[in-house]
Amino acid sequence: MVQFSEQQMQEFNRLIKRYPEGKQKSALLPVLHLAQESFGGWLSAETMDYVANLLQLEPIEVYEVATFYSMFNTQPVGKYMFEVCQTGPCMLNGSDDIINYIKEKLGIGAGETTPDGMFTLKTVECLGACGYAPMMQLGKHYREHLTKEKVDAIIEECRSNAACNN
Amino acid sequence: MGVKLLLAKAHIEGIRNYDVYRREGGYQAVEKALKTMTPEAIVEEVKKSGLRGRGGAGFPTGMKWSFIAKPEGVPRHLVCNADESEPGTFKDRYLMEFLPHLLIEGLIISSFALGSNDTYIYIRGEYAWIVGILENAIEEAKQNGWLGNNILGTGFNCNIYVQRGAGAYICGEETALLESLEGKRGNPRIKPPFPAIKGVWERPTVVNNVETLAAVVPIINMGGEEYAKIGVGRSTGTKLISACGNINKPGVYEIDMTISVEEFIYSEEYCGGIKNGKHLKACIPGGSSVPILPANLLLKTAKGETRYMNYESLSDGGFATGSMMGSGGFIVFDEDQCIVRHTYTLARFYRHESCGQCSPCREGTGWMEKILLRLEKGEGKMSDIDLLWDIQGKIEGNTICPLGDAAAWPVAAAIRHFRDEFEWHVLHPQEAQVRNFGLAYYADPIQVPAGA
Ligand SMILES: Cc1cc2nc3c(=O)[nH]c(=O)nc-3n(C[C@H](O)[C@H](O)[C@H](O)COP(=O)(O)O)c2cc1C
Ligand code: SF4
Ligand code: FES
Repeated sequence: MVQFSEQQMQEFNRLIKRYPEGKQKSALLPVLHLAQESFGGWLSAETMDYVANLLQLEPIEVYEVATFYSMFNTQPVGKYMFEVCQTGPCMLNGSDDIINYIKEKLGIGAGETTPDGMFTLKTVECLGACGYAPMMQLGKHYREHLTKEKVDAIIEECRSNAACNN
Repeated sequence: MGVKLLLAKAHIEGIRNYDVYRREGGYQAVEKALKTMTPEAIVEEVKKSGLRGRGGAGFPTGMKWSFIAKPEGVPRHLVCNADESEPGTFKDRYLMEFLPHLLIEGLIISSFALGSNDTYIYIRGEYAWIVGILENAIEEAKQNGWLGNNILGTGFNCNIYVQRGAGAYICGEETALLESLEGKRGNPRIKPPFPAIKGVWERPTVVNNVETLAAVVPIINMGGEEYAKIGVGRSTGTKLISACGNINKPGVYEIDMTISVEEFIYSEEYCGGIKNGKHLKACIPGGSSVPILPANLLLKTAKGETRYMNYESLSDGGFATGSMMGSGGFIVFDEDQCIVRHTYTLARFYRHESCGQCSPCREGTGWMEKILLRLEKGEGKMSDIDLLWDIQGKIEGNTICPLGDAAAWPVAAAIRHFRDEFEWHVLHPQEAQVRNFGLAYYADPIQVPAGA
């Protein structure tokens, strides 16, 4: 069952206090971020219904927002998501090569997840790191000035982190 | 060395923390503004400074502030636009990441001037780690009496909240931003009513860019008139430029708007020249939405005069031979880059980011992407180039928000200045897959077009 822990509930309560009386819908984006982080990196229908209920919204108000914004995943994703920028300024510095390398190395295409559920590759548009290209987002942080060697190291790092957490 | 007003202290160790920032003279502007000035006097000072919005449109900030409606008993809000999603632009990130207190200081003064007791920073969702940096700075400011209730005993209350977006370029457009802040899809609103009359929750609202609000701090410290003496003409003060592409030293630079484009690209103080000893082919000087210029028109205007890094000079010649300052996202191309391919990536970007409300934008961006991909892959026809020209012309000016124009301009400018390269892709489809068109004559001095 989908339910926020006590600590997540505290965060939820902090978020909804920022808006005027009766304008709690404004908390929807931050609460969806919280829900996505809390429940496996994506928003299932059950999760969205839970959020709708918490904020006293119609479920459709949540679905339409969740599907509008590219950071919300409405399908399951791997444990580690490589979000690699492919927009012009990154392309000038070789993002195509990096994307191809990751595809080869992980044996998946853009938008796909490895069979073991470990990695998802997502191509994304400009993330505001154009001067440090090529780059990707991994979790809450950016990995910049990517090279093939750096990609290898990042994949290793993820694998060993996953092994530690098991 | 040019004048530095925003980044002068960026390299001081620990400047991100309150104690260091305060020791280095931080929060003096808040003290001065709240203790010795009225809100009206602050607006006057900003007007005198000539400060223009740093988010892209360049609208005079003081004038924008004076439009805010003040109906009795209705709260007003200041919203800081930290959505920063225009390809080539990463300057606000730098400010927030390294000088969070400068932004907070600017926000407190601006909130006081506008009468906003609850101020929001709307930050793009991907800048997740910066949310913590900002919230930390807000907490420090609160603990030291610069935020909260009855600030400095003036009776002014102010809180600042950080709201995370979730990946949508369109939410940088101010009315889409307000929709998003209300927990909705980021569909731009039809104007009027303008946000200054009916903004977030139907209350009078001012939306300003991060850099604009940070610039209020030096304006208060030195006075609007002094600020206006920096720069040239109507390009007053300093501007942050985020430089990227094929240059030796990509990064964020503060310029005082008197330097030439040539100096900016080639001097060691800034971009340090083109990477790997190559030649300059082209540049998009103000973020992906502004027209691309070939090297010859970038360094000199069509009249043969030196082009400078300021609002007027960059737009000299209009769209026929000029470009725009925009957001300051400076994208440099070397001789090996393919203009068709780059234009395709931008078309794909705008198709991806169109909110889909207006058909010219929704359908037009889709078609432009498709045709550009065809041309790039060597599968295009000569008539495709005219078709592209036709489509971009049908989008421009026919949409609810300026994203439509922003999608049309890069395509129009690429065809205007690099038509040969598009034609080469059609005429030499196989060759176009293995090599790029190169420099051609773009770096040569050009003929002044008739009527320019
Ligand atoms: C599609 C689109 C995207 C925009 N993105 C941003 C942005 O990321 N940041 C920003 O400050 N302004 C952006 N703007 C401009 C804003 O609508 C608005 O003009 C600006 O925030 C006003 O602030 P300023 O006067 O301080 O520049 C965008 C405009 C459009 C049409
Ligand atoms: S121009 Fe494009 S992004 Fe703007 S409102 Fe219309 S469809 Fe949406
Ligand atoms: S183009 Fe990749 S971060 Fe901007």
